Amino acid sequence: MTRIRRRGTGAAIAGGLGLALALAACSDGDSGGGSTDGGDTGAATEIDCAPYEEFGDLEGTSVSIYTSIVEPEQQTQEDSYDPFEECTGVTVEYEGSREFEAQLLVRIQAGNAPDIAYLPQPGLLKTIVGDFPDAIVPAPDATVANVDEFFSASWKEYGTVDGTFYAAPLGSNVKSYVWYSPSMFSDAGYEVPETWEDLIALSDQIVDDGAMPWCAGVESGDATGWPGTDFIEDIVLRTAGPEVYDQWYTHEIPFNDPQIVDAWDTAGEILKNPDYVNAGLGGVDSIATTPWTDAGYPILDGTCWLHRAANFYATQWPEGTEVAPDGDVYAFYLPTDQSDIKPVLGGGEFVAAFDDRPEVQAFQTYLSSADWANAKAKTTPMGGWVSANNGLDPENLATEFDKLSAEILADPDSVIRFDASDLMPGEVGAGTFWTGIVNWLTGSSTQEVTDQIEASWPAS
Amino acid sequence: MTTTPLPPTAPVGEALDETASADGKPRRLSRLEKRAIATKGKLSSPWASGLAILIAILWTVPSVGLLVTSFRPELDIRRSGWWTVFGGLFNGEAEFTLDNYQQALFGSGANLATYFVNSFVITIPAVVIPITLALLAAYAFAWIDFKGREFLFVAVFALQVVPLQVALVPLLTDFVNLGVNGSFWTVWIAHATFGLPLAIFLLHNFMKDIPASLVEAARVDGAGHVKIFLRVLLPLLVPAIAAFGIFQFLWVWNDLLVGLTFTNVGSRPLTVAVAEMAGSRGGDWHVLTAGAFISMVVPLIVFISLQRYFVRGLLAGSVKG
Repeated sequence: MTRIRRRGTGAAIAGGLGLALALAACSDGDSGGGSTDGGDTGAATEIDCAPYEEFGDLEGTSVSIYTSIVEPEQQTQEDSYDPFEECTGVTVEYEGSREFEAQLLVRIQAGNAPDIAYLPQPGLLKTIVGDFPDAIVPAPDATVANVDEFFSASWKEYGTVDGTFYAAPLGSNVKSYVWYSPSMFSDAGYEVPETWEDLIALSDQIVDDGAMPWCAGVESGDATGWPGTDFIEDIVLRTAGPEVYDQWYTHEIPFNDPQIVDAWDTAGEILKNPDYVNAGLGGVDSIATTPWTDAGYPILDGTCWLHRAANFYATQWPEGTEVAPDGDVYAFYLPTDQSDIKPVLGGGEFVAAFDDRPEVQAFQTYLSSADWANAKAKTTPMGGWVSANNGLDPENLATEFDKLSAEILADPDSVIRFDASDLMPGEVGAGTFWTGIVNWLTGSSTQEVTDQIEASWPAS
Repeated sequence: MTTTPLPPTAPVGEALDETASADGKPRRLSRLEKRAIATKGKLSSPWASGLAILIAILWTVPSVGLLVTSFRPELDIRRSGWWTVFGGLFNGEAEFTLDNYQQALFGSGANLATYFVNSFVITIPAVVIPITLALLAAYAFAWIDFKGREFLFVAVFALQVVPLQVALVPLLTDFVNLGVNGSFWTVWIAHATFGLPLAIFLLHNFMKDIPASLVEAARVDGAGHVKIFLRVLLPLLVPAIAAFGIFQFLWVWNDLLVGLTFTNVGSRPLTVAVAEMAGSRGGDWHVLTAGAFISMVVPLIVFISLQRYFVRGLLAGSVKG
């Protein structure tokens, strides 16, 4: 009974109250369990409230956030706002939805935009700035100052459209990882490879020892293909280099440029090599139909040795899997033969604002600060989160693996490039590039596929 | 088929029994009864039965698969198909667990109980409102003679072809301008609007079939529109109302799109909550099986308990002999 009243809004006026009451009564016992576990770990975080005082008295105001981050990560996000809420008295209303990308545009169009949205792709930011220039507002000065202080220029660039800086980076992903089983490696006497040549040599070694080295999967519902685009992008960074990579996603060179075709073929040496794939899962074809979330599982069975996937794959392992240098699984940096640089494929979310009320601006500023990054690190006890914010103290990160990611992001040799498919126009980056991967894995040649993608590039 | 007025079988059977026991000898069958028996003979050929069973099995396989999957441990779900459990049952390797239900019901943030209540709060008015309005409209279209009646009726019926999807954004804009956005009213209004054309059409046809003499007799006795509607027509309309009620209930309960677009965190229905269960990157999809079954419970109860009306009502709007 109390539950219904507390949940408020329209619940009480409903018809069918009898059923509703019966249900609520049944659920009384477990309502506590859902909200308490996972939370409260960040309560100890203290921050300096001074930066938010310049926005005036914000007591009693609220800021709404709309994002694609849902449970269980939602809880860690909400907990990380506690210090800000304590400082200012602002209430942060969080709404996560898996349909975020479609629904955000609907809401903006209907004049119902949230105060703040976490955009998972710079491409989406460009679309919004292009289609709804009146809805989105540029980042306030205090946020810009934070971004200048805590983020590298390239990260700031991703949140900038036509010279105006809109969106500060939030969390970051490191995608250049190869997952493996440390115990299998040490039992077999294999070393973590330092160069691309070593990696291929190791793969051959595994084949010689009578096993299949690689497992992969690109199935992801209506986004099937994206894990494959990451693979290709990582290789473009390694065989063609970051400059060509920049020209590639900005379409200064065509999609079927020989250097890009070359990178696809290099990727094909692994992904389309029947001796290498698909360990524990089937033939080359099976890559297209294996869910990306499950593709690394054969490592746990001992049937697969290497699986290239991003740092967030850490949260995809089944419950009870230990992710550590001496645990069940761990990851190493996808090596390169380049001696001077260490290319890293990255990703992340960006904070876009659709209102310039002082509390919204104060919150934007908080999210771009080192205080938030550290608070978030502390409220994420299970790990699986990292930020390119250089004010983030790696000691606050929960796991060895997150520290490794932070180290890679902070490494001066690292050349971080954002996921190209997220930067390309939607028709390609979330369309033909994805389908091209599937065609390529199921028999089409590199030339055919890249020609098709090039042909689909929008004219403007 | 079109000329067979599927007689309510129970009353006929009773009447038959009564007459048989009263006279002690079989009486002559009416034409209607002969046809009913002939139809029964035609429909119950072994071929037809076999086909019906086959279709029933084919149509049930996915649901059974879902049910079996929902009780399997996470790793098994990911590694092998649900049909492998049957092999496992023999050699004792099959494992079953309630973990998925545990996670779906009480897992982090997925407090389905709240969303269950929301679904009821959304569904019940979204069924009651269109039925109420449609009854009144259908009465007017059927029994009140006014200018442009036919035209208006066709216009209302034609609205059925407007797909829900194209109206979403304009409707949301209106809701935002009206300031009702985020309340349950948005979902109620949306579902009621989209349900009305079919409801009016269905109820109108049903009402039209009630013999005019009945209405005229009531009018002669001095009954006005209100009295005719409430005392004469409403009792006769119960099957049609129930049938449309089930249609609308199942539709609204299972709706994801309207719920996704118009609700906010506090007013989300069960379908939206279940869809969120897969997690930010879709990694927890194994929980969806359990979530689907939990959300399926209510429509199943409604359908099974009101199935009688459903079948009868399916014919309500169609051509009758």
